[in-house]
Amino acid sequence: MYNPQLDSDGSLRHLLTIEGLPKRVLNQILDTAETFVGVAERDIKKVPLLRGKTVCNIFFENSTRTRTTFEIAAKRLSADVINLNVGTSSQSKGETILDTVDNLIAMHADMFVVRHAQSGAAHFIAQHVPDNISVINAGDGRHAHPTQGLLDVFTVRRYKPDMHNLRVALIGDVLHSRVARSEIHALTTLGVPEVRVIAPKTLLPADVNKLGVQVFHDMKTGLKDVDVIMMLRLQNERMNGAMLPSAQEYFKTFGLTQEKLSYAKTDAIVMHPGPMNRGVEIDSSVADGSQSVILPQVTYGIAVRMAVMAILGGRNVGGNA
Amino acid sequence: MHLPNPENLLADITAQIKAQLKPNSALIGIHSGGVWLMNRILQSMAQDSANAAVQFGAAQFGPLQFGTLDAALYRDDYNQRGLKSESKPSNIAFDVQDKHIILIDDIFYTGRTTRAAMNELFDYGRPASITLAVLINRGGAELPIAPQIVGAKILLNANQNLQLSQDSQGKLQLNLESNSHV
Repeated sequence: MYNPQLDSDGSLRHLLTIEGLPKRVLNQILDTAETFVGVAERDIKKVPLLRGKTVCNIFFENSTRTRTTFEIAAKRLSADVINLNVGTSSQSKGETILDTVDNLIAMHADMFVVRHAQSGAAHFIAQHVPDNISVINAGDGRHAHPTQGLLDVFTVRRYKPDMHNLRVALIGDVLHSRVARSEIHALTTLGVPEVRVIAPKTLLPADVNKLGVQVFHDMKTGLKDVDVIMMLRLQNERMNGAMLPSAQEYFKTFGLTQEKLSYAKTDAIVMHPGPMNRGVEIDSSVADGSQSVILPQVTYGIAVRMAVMAILGGRNVGGNA
Repeated sequence: MHLPNPENLLADITAQIKAQLKPNSALIGIHSGGVWLMNRILQSMAQDSANAAVQFGAAQFGPLQFGTLDAALYRDDYNQRGLKSESKPSNIAFDVQDKHIILIDDIFYTGRTTRAAMNELFDYGRPASITLAVLINRGGAELPIAPQIVGAKILLNANQNLQLSQDSQGKLQLNLESNSHV
């Protein structure tokens, strides 16, 4: 099957979604990220790999946090970075996406990091760009946010290296999450034998049984003997509809408190992609507690994004090795 | 071609390195072969210092610091070859500033790996000096860089590929392949 993310020789061409990435490529990204974790701990947190290259962060939808992590990652690789908040500039003047992209190509950009509210926007741009340009999806609608999924898996692997012997639980809004599917896919590909989702029925997709996960609607049974707890962000706007009664009610049933955390293994780690709703999906004492790896996730996010950019930036475009 | 047995070169390299040690010396092995070599050198130094503590480094200067380095992020052929997927993290847990660094690699060829390693090293700090120690100098330097400590010198052609390997018991071995297509 044609996979626009891979070159004809099977190496990474763009990063659009985790689905369809072979285990070999996943491991290549995670192994490379290990190298970059060390770089961030040095006095000089920069390596010269992308010297002279230009990375364009094209954000059709605002996301300061994601844009900042990509910007830091690119700068630590010595790239020049240009940030475009297109939502507030050209597009409001009526320019099409491809006109915006063509202009950046004419300015000799080498890599695009794309964020868009519409699913498939990054794919669309990837199909349009010439051979020497790679596209990284930084979130497209409800569809995918591959670097978030990768950094979560990287965090799991760092704390629980024996992935073939793990029980992982994803808790919360699986239905609207753009990372849940990617994470389930990546965890399964890397050999995690048991992935669970814990959520009210209203926050699960209709085809949840096809995801290869065990479904729970109750924290006590769902968290039993779990090694890794991945909280999903509960978007406040979902609260007002018919999906959930109230934030307090949700917290009572599915919010991660110390008491509910005690159902999991004593050395279980707690993850959250941020931004957190304290007191809604997670209690402050858990978020700031000893089992929380929420801030290390942010640190590893930089290393994973550096790895993806370093792999894409070193593609052999000419074809002569 | 007759290849030397690396096991027989270890004692000589170790002795040459010991002769260079100063109170603030540190060893850094370049992945992967240089790290294997460094580990063997450290082992043999540990045994020696147990036997003759007064004579050599460890007891005299305190424990010898060491680290590992993978210069993949500093290589000059990144734009042609990309990142090798087997690159490993560098691990230098001590302060490089003002140290006499002995950089250890398995095979010296063009000098490009050494250049990349030195560039990386300077991002950790400003060493007092860098000495290059290699198991084999196969000739063919393309840069004004040369190893000061050499186990053996063998002149090879560009179509020959010399590699160090380590077996499951930790024994080192040299393998030579000729590529007739080049």
